[in-house]
Amino acid sequence: MNFDKVLDVRGMACPMPVVKATKALVGMSAGQVLKVVATDSGSVSDMQAFAEATGHELLASEVLGKEFVFFLKK
Amino acid sequence: MGAAEEVAGLDASIARRIDEAVARKVEEKLAQLKPKGPPSMTIIATKGTLDWAYPPFILASTGAALGWDVSVFFTFYGLNLLRRDLAMLKVSPLGNPGMPMKMPFGPQWFRHINWNIPNAVQSIVPGFESLATSLMKQTIKNKGVADIADLRAVCIESGVNLIACQMTVDLFGFSQSDFIAEVSEYCGATKFLPMAQKADVSLFI
Repeated sequence: MNFDKVLDVRGMACPMPVVKATKALVGMSAGQVLKVVATDSGSVSDMQAFAEATGHELLASEVLGKEFVFFLKK
Repeated sequence: MGAAEEVAGLDASIARRIDEAVARKVEEKLAQLKPKGPPSMTIIATKGTLDWAYPPFILASTGAALGWDVSVFFTFYGLNLLRRDLAMLKVSPLGNPGMPMKMPFGPQWFRHINWNIPNAVQSIVPGFESLATSLMKQTIKNKGVADIADLRAVCIESGVNLIACQMTVDLFGFSQSDFIAEVSEYCGATKFLPMAQKADVSLFI
């Protein structure tokens, strides 16, 4: 999937993945896609809820071994 | 057309007009009642230990990340979370049966042992609290959980309103210079409660 920016939050626990994602999205323009790579197992449900609450679109989420990858469209 | 039919037709027409007017009025009123602006959350933080420092800062920073207006009222021991120097925050396993005592180092089998140390022993060993605190800090680091100073900085950066309870500042003999400059307000319950009343989420920690 195409993306405009990558955010590496591997090794970080709640709430940092969501906090960092917010920060990363601030610097992006509408329609751009942020790829987030996390290892926090809680991030799967958190990213979904984050997208619903903030109006960003969660295009896809994948599990790659111990990593969770999310694509958020601003 | 008979008079009776005319009256029935008129009744039906009036009933229809009333239904339309009521529906329109209800829509108008509902639109007025809908909250304007983002959701809001107020938190009362009352605990001053390392473990209990986490919930208010985690919830506040998460709320801010969701775009909410967040205010935290720090009162009693919670004031410690606003001090310039957070190194004094400690955790005590004494009288805290919910706290697992596990070692943050060594092989996995060793890390999984829950050390069941009697309160009597904990209370008599000098420096037990400092030991428990440094073990917890190591566990926090190992698990990738942010430290309190970082979480507090995130809250400040994301616009969380940090409020100190003036009464407890006076009670404990603190002065405003003990606290970080980012404290937005020193006030009392009378100022805070109306804020909590208007909030969508209000928590006591």
